Amino acid sequence: MTRHLLSAADLTRDDIADLFATAAQMHEVQHRDVKKLPALRGRTVINLFFEDSTRTRSSFEIAGKWLSADTINITGKGSSASKGESLRDTVLTICAMGVDALVMRHGASGAAHQVSQWVDAAVINAGDGTHEHPSQALLDAYTLQRHLGDLEGRRVVIVGDLTHSRVFRSNAIMLRTLGAEVIAVAPPTLMPSGISTWAAADGLEISYDLDEQLPKADAVMMLRVQRERMSGGYFPSPREYTVGYGLTRDRLRTLGDTVPICHPGPMNRGLEIAADAADAASSVILEQVSAGVAVRMAILYHLLSGDGSSS
Amino acid sequence: MTTQQSDSVDSPDEGRVVLDPADITRALTRISHEILERNKGAGDLVLLGIPTRGVQLAHRIAERIAAVEGMDVPVGALDITMYRDDLRQQPTRGPAPTQIPEGGIDGKTVVLVDDVLYSGRSVRAALDAMNDLGRPAVVRLAVLVDRGHRELPIRADHVGKNLPSSRSERVMVRLAEVDGYDEVRIAGRPQ
Repeated sequence: MTRHLLSAADLTRDDIADLFATAAQMHEVQHRDVKKLPALRGRTVINLFFEDSTRTRSSFEIAGKWLSADTINITGKGSSASKGESLRDTVLTICAMGVDALVMRHGASGAAHQVSQWVDAAVINAGDGTHEHPSQALLDAYTLQRHLGDLEGRRVVIVGDLTHSRVFRSNAIMLRTLGAEVIAVAPPTLMPSGISTWAAADGLEISYDLDEQLPKADAVMMLRVQRERMSGGYFPSPREYTVGYGLTRDRLRTLGDTVPICHPGPMNRGLEIAADAADAASSVILEQVSAGVAVRMAILYHLLSGDGSSS
Repeated sequence: MTTQQSDSVDSPDEGRVVLDPADITRALTRISHEILERNKGAGDLVLLGIPTRGVQLAHRIAERIAAVEGMDVPVGALDITMYRDDLRQQPTRGPAPTQIPEGGIDGKTVVLVDDVLYSGRSVRAALDAMNDLGRPAVVRLAVLVDRGHRELPIRADHVGKNLPSSRSERVMVRLAEVDGYDEVRIAGRPQ
């Protein structure tokens, strides 16, 4: 594996298989009375979050703690960044304290990549703007694999605000690495510009018609409509979005009760996903959260243990 | 450490055979009887194998105990990867499954089973790993081969074969379930 985890493209199929094998063992630790492994004792992991997060930050924190690493959270609000300190000064200051891994979320695309060139610590991209979120893609693929087995040739329909979605980008890359068919579904205004070039290069399918894709799907991944990244004008009204692209009760019926439904959270219930779908028996949304801890333990373990040579 | 020794992928006919299939069978049968004698039967006994080959050995011992006592002894696997003291000195290794039998290990007589006892560090890691899973009444250690060179105050209760070796030599355990055939071989130059 590479020294940092910045993009889903950093991982080969073998790397992903190794991480999933470790994650499966970590999953077992999650159900023990004593949830503690000494593997990263004495290592320090800093969660540096310049954007809000519940599950990513807390699951990285739990993952680090269960592996016995010292884990500290720093948020943009309340840090010196709010006093005008530059990103470079902030990370160099933190790393000067002696840090082994920096888990970073930032609003600017490419921030984690930039930081990885400044510091010696392993940098894990926990979301950079609208660019990538590789640990989320790993846990999504891990969850899907537990339900579908080998993902080779399986059709995964990703629906939602694809323009602003780092989860979509990382998932599309990772699912293609694992051999799955990726179908990107969004209204034309929320389809990333230039996606046809990418689609041609990486073999993605593009569709504007969710109802056409659902009957053929092996899994659906609903993405959040990111109101905070939109200055309006992407669709006429929330109601209209739901009618065209929401996973409504009627669409849930089309889907049947065996096709896994994913959502990286946080959900806008009633907008992109109906409550019936979010709480359906085929919904794996809470499983994704639980897998998130196991997968992030695997990421930290693979980046921070070992003598630095590849295994 | 031991797994490293037994996992090495040298040419299969290098060195000399120290235990052939019949020797391995006899050694395991004797160990099984020793365990039963020491424990005065199979009551409250749990066998935990250290992956990879310790698990197979634990299953074989359980079969023999079942044949003698007519009683199934719970068998599990205890992975020690996350508890090793050399994680930073080796390339990253993925953990193997830990599987604790139903009924757990609290208050039980746990027999740890491994293929080769060498520095004793694997056993130290196994004792730590067990500490996070429960509190056995007694812990004993059974190994197929004891090759000496202990670095920690640890000794085995049941030994298949004491094999004096030099540190420069490699001991390779092959078991049918993993490797397709049974054999213990020593290779390399004695100093």
